[in-house]
Amino acid sequence: MSPSTDTGAAFELSDVSRARIDELVAQYPTKASALMPCLWVIMDELGWVPPGGIDLLVDKLQVTSARICEVLTFYTMFRSEPQAEYVLQVCHNISCHIMGARPLIAHLEKRLGVRLGETTPDGKFALEGVECLGACGHGPCLQLGRHLYEYLTPEKVDGLLESLRRGEIPRADTDRELED
Amino acid sequence: MTPNDYTMLSARFGRSDGHKLAVYEAEGGYRALRKVLQDGMSREEVREEVKGAGLRGRGGAGFPTGVKWGFVPPDADEIYFFVNADESEPGTFKDRYLLDYDPHQTIEGTIISCFAVKAKLAFIYIRGEFGWLVDRVQKAVDEAYAAGYLGKDILGSGYDLEMIVHKGAGAYICGEETGLINSVTGRKGQPSIKPPFPAVQGFLDKPTIVNNVESVASVPFIINEGAAAYKAFGTEKSCGTKLFSVSGPVKRPGVYEIPLGLPFREFFNDWLGGMAEGEKLKAVIVGGSSVPVLPAEEIMNTNLDYESLGEAGTMLGSGGMIVIPESCDMVELIQVLMHFYFDESCGQCTPCREGTGWLHRIVKRLRGGGGTPEDLDLLEHVCDGMAGLTICPLADAAVMPMRSFLDKFRPEFEALIQETAAAAPTSRWPRGEQE
Ligand SMILES: Cc1cc2nc3c(=O)[nH]c(=O)nc-3n(C[C@H](O)[C@H](O)[C@H](O)COP(=O)(O)O)c2cc1C
Ligand code: SF4
Ligand code: FES
Repeated sequence: MSPSTDTGAAFELSDVSRARIDELVAQYPTKASALMPCLWVIMDELGWVPPGGIDLLVDKLQVTSARICEVLTFYTMFRSEPQAEYVLQVCHNISCHIMGARPLIAHLEKRLGVRLGETTPDGKFALEGVECLGACGHGPCLQLGRHLYEYLTPEKVDGLLESLRRGEIPRADTDRELED
Repeated sequence: MTPNDYTMLSARFGRSDGHKLAVYEAEGGYRALRKVLQDGMSREEVREEVKGAGLRGRGGAGFPTGVKWGFVPPDADEIYFFVNADESEPGTFKDRYLLDYDPHQTIEGTIISCFAVKAKLAFIYIRGEFGWLVDRVQKAVDEAYAAGYLGKDILGSGYDLEMIVHKGAGAYICGEETGLINSVTGRKGQPSIKPPFPAVQGFLDKPTIVNNVESVASVPFIINEGAAAYKAFGTEKSCGTKLFSVSGPVKRPGVYEIPLGLPFREFFNDWLGGMAEGEKLKAVIVGGSSVPVLPAEEIMNTNLDYESLGEAGTMLGSGGMIVIPESCDMVELIQVLMHFYFDESCGQCTPCREGTGWLHRIVKRLRGGGGTPEDLDLLEHVCDGMAGLTICPLADAAVMPMRSFLDKFRPEFEALIQETAAAAPTSRWPRGEQE
């Protein structure tokens, strides 16, 4: 990624997100300290941070684009490129490994026809291995955006893929938390 | 003793309504905050109570909480407080339960802790992967503001405190306290050299206290019931109760609140129900992936407290207990862990950046069938060049499991190398190719 981001490409961000960025800048003790939450605002709307997003934050936060790029690439959840529609992130750390993460990943590879780290040719699914997701006693588990699926079995994974192919994100184990 | 006897921290775990302000208040919530702010406890009194309770930091290092608070220079006027909810240590998932089932307990504990150190702004730093939890906690913080527990002139006491829920973005190293602070300043989450310690010079170069979620969540009980009531649980030096998050093939994995000093044997047999059907216990990593592993026969005779675990050659750490069954290949497991530390090294220190990579590659080579007996010495040698020689303890966090796996399960490494030798009886570099 080049620190000079004058690509001329259109960058569209909703007024709601722009207003939220102004709010965060006012709430945080220094402008620069609002960088992470502002990146999240852009991520949440667009799924990645395009060059225009960097320009916007250079302007709003008065930090250099080099600094923004540095932060953008340091944290694994920030993305500087568009992503697959569904990024399936399977935990391959120790507890999930003990509980069967490897056979589960093999199952996903077979079902999706891609290897770990790859995206399906239609750009619909990406399969990634990630470190501990904080669900160790509920493993094996995988994360899809803000949804965390736990206690996974091959059958459960098949059901998940089927729903996603229909364009439905099934209820995750942690979605209980979103209800009142 | 049974799992339901201890509910200082876990009273609302597993319930569907415990996160609501009204429920928390009906069950005695925010009584401790009223006691401090309305009945006029002084900052010193709060600090002394927490110090007297013997509460030790639950994030891993076990440093006494009240003592840490005392390091803030008395004349400082701009002080920050960070609640560490980065919870990324493999095997650890207890803070998630605290914030999920009972966010107000942590918020109340944070407000009291902030008052004790005279902080004006608190951050709750939640790892980015817990997206749903960020919303949950934000909602609870909004409720607390609306009820007058946060903001200006809290409960008419004249004390002002703002609270920001900050979402991480995927980096284990942001759990290290200076990495966490740097992350919130809008930088990479790379740790800083200590001293100066954050309590003296931290966020924006101002005094800053970083405490684990469980540490601050313990504060309301201590204020309500007093230091003596807290100390009634646990052992002389390991006071109170502690959450353990248990993973692996036991009958009942999950998060448990235990009085410190509980014998592992009792915890394992009676609380966890022993191993799942068809599994046999091989080893346990008791305090998160960064502490030394203990074989079954050693952990079975150990009690769960800071001193006993120290004497047994390991650490209580975060309480992330990983139960390893007989069916697991220890060389494979250490490869998984070395991959993790290599992945998560922030790259500032040569011994850590290169060392974690070497450890990972050597173990990988062993498993790939390219190992020699000298490789085991080489692993030890790399560990020697890492431990204690870096800015933060991540390098040590990789060395501790590596060394202990080698030390306690050496025959498995040796057997693997012998298999390799048997499969390829000639030298690894056939004559003529040797450089
Ligand atoms: C690599 C590394 C990761 C850490 N991760 C966490 C974490 O996720 N949560 C936490 O509370 N402490 C973590 N710590 C410990 C913190 O640096 C710090 O000691 C702790 O938050 C202080 O709080 P306490 O005194 O209440 O335990 C980590 C330390 C290191 C070296
Ligand atoms: S020890 Fe490793 S993680 Fe810690 S500061 Fe050095 S390079 Fe970064
Ligand atoms: S090891 Fe998979 S969630 Fe912790």
